[in-house]
Amino acid sequence: MKHLLSAADLSISDAIQVLDTAAELARISDRPVKKLPTLRGRTVVNLFYEDSTRTRISFEAAAKRLSADVINFSAKGSSVSKGESLKDTALTLEAMGADAVVIRHSASGAPHRLAHSKWIDGVIINAGDGTHEHPTQALLDAFTLRNHLRNNSGDLSGVEIAIVGDVLHSRVARSNVLLLSTLGAKVTLVAPPTLLPVGVESWPCEISYDLDSALVNKDAVMMLRVQRERMNASFFPSVQEYSRRYGLDKRRAAMLAPHGIVMHPGPMNRGLEISADVADSGRSVIVEQVANGVSVRMAVLYLLLGGAEISGELA
Amino acid sequence: MSAATNQRVVLEATEISRVVSRISHEIDERTKSASDVILLGIPTRGVALAHRIAAKLGEIQGRKIPVGSLDITMYRDDLRLRPARALMSTEIPAEGIDDKLVVLVDDVLFSGRTIRAALDAIGELGRPRAVQLAVLVDRGHRELPIRADYVGKNLPTSLDEKVSVQLSEHDGSDAVTIGESE
Repeated sequence: MKHLLSAADLSISDAIQVLDTAAELARISDRPVKKLPTLRGRTVVNLFYEDSTRTRISFEAAAKRLSADVINFSAKGSSVSKGESLKDTALTLEAMGADAVVIRHSASGAPHRLAHSKWIDGVIINAGDGTHEHPTQALLDAFTLRNHLRNNSGDLSGVEIAIVGDVLHSRVARSNVLLLSTLGAKVTLVAPPTLLPVGVESWPCEISYDLDSALVNKDAVMMLRVQRERMNASFFPSVQEYSRRYGLDKRRAAMLAPHGIVMHPGPMNRGLEISADVADSGRSVIVEQVANGVSVRMAVLYLLLGGAEISGELA
Repeated sequence: MSAATNQRVVLEATEISRVVSRISHEIDERTKSASDVILLGIPTRGVALAHRIAAKLGEIQGRKIPVGSLDITMYRDDLRLRPARALMSTEIPAEGIDDKLVVLVDDVLFSGRTIRAALDAIGELGRPRAVQLAVLVDRGHRELPIRADYVGKNLPTSLDEKVSVQLSEHDGSDAVTIGESE
């Protein structure tokens, strides 16, 4: 595999290799010098057509810890606002010698287009495309789950997790369902019927409309952000009603297994999908997810970019 | 270890254990029984050797010798010649390596490039008082100005021969063999 476009592209051994590599790389952050020379002289471009804080910073930190040169490109304040096409931007990046392009785009499939267009020679890493996929988020979630529930080794067989909320607009949910099921976890999606995508019944997961019963004895719950900026219709009657039926509060968090953890990909709508006391509670691993994001992205950059250019395989 | 033809055993199990014992005594002698010695093995087989030397040296000095492992993958100079490799574990003893006498342990010393990478890795972990090198086999053909302080066996080889070290921790039994590479 030359690119990372979808969580579905990862076999179980690929996924475990990324997680194992990330586990080793996570320990770099305890060192006095948090840097490895591995990607010296390589250029990583962060091509962000959509706003993002943690993903962009996380990729930037990961690339810098591996000594790559990082160029940040955001659509705002660039030629894109003058109407430049994805193709012309890609050709420009190619001419500047980008070895890897980390792309976030509001259009589902933009990374795929870039990877298969021959506009650009380098490695393409999907950092979130529309409502499609966000594979590195799924990897860092799997890493966090494995760290808490499986002592940071092997797969996730037997882990039960509920993913709750706005599945329809969530690239995080799709990537997580694909990756976590590859790793052997049992995933239950919980959402109002209006916030489930067409065809969800073919996903490798179970579906529930009732949060209370779905949470009982789960090892983890992942709350999704209600993406109001993508909502062009009424998907639920009111914020209060959504919060009452699908929000995670203290009472519901207590229904998890005793070791159960609470996850959220961020940014959170406190008081909407998750209450502040749960977000700040001992069960919450939300801040840890961010820290793990850097290690996992280092692993992905290393595995895709660190080896020989000809094969450059995740193998 | 890939299959090599016409294997010839150059060190047997008893000889390996004698060599480990001799290297331990040499370390004790050369470092004047210094109390700040730390052994760092280079994965995979260097780690097993480091543990064996640490046990023997601990016996000689009557104390526990700190021992760890140092993965050098990310510091290699040939990363781009092959697909990305899996990382091995780096375990630095809790006391750290600052102002300590670090003895690197590896199974075979060949081009010296692994040791060059190890020195870079050490440089980012701290500043040891000194770094020394112990190897089970020195097969020559250095490509860098690096030599070992403690050598189990000097083994003249030709470039198309392959030296293979088997240790019971990984391979079930102890032996060093030499053969033509395929």
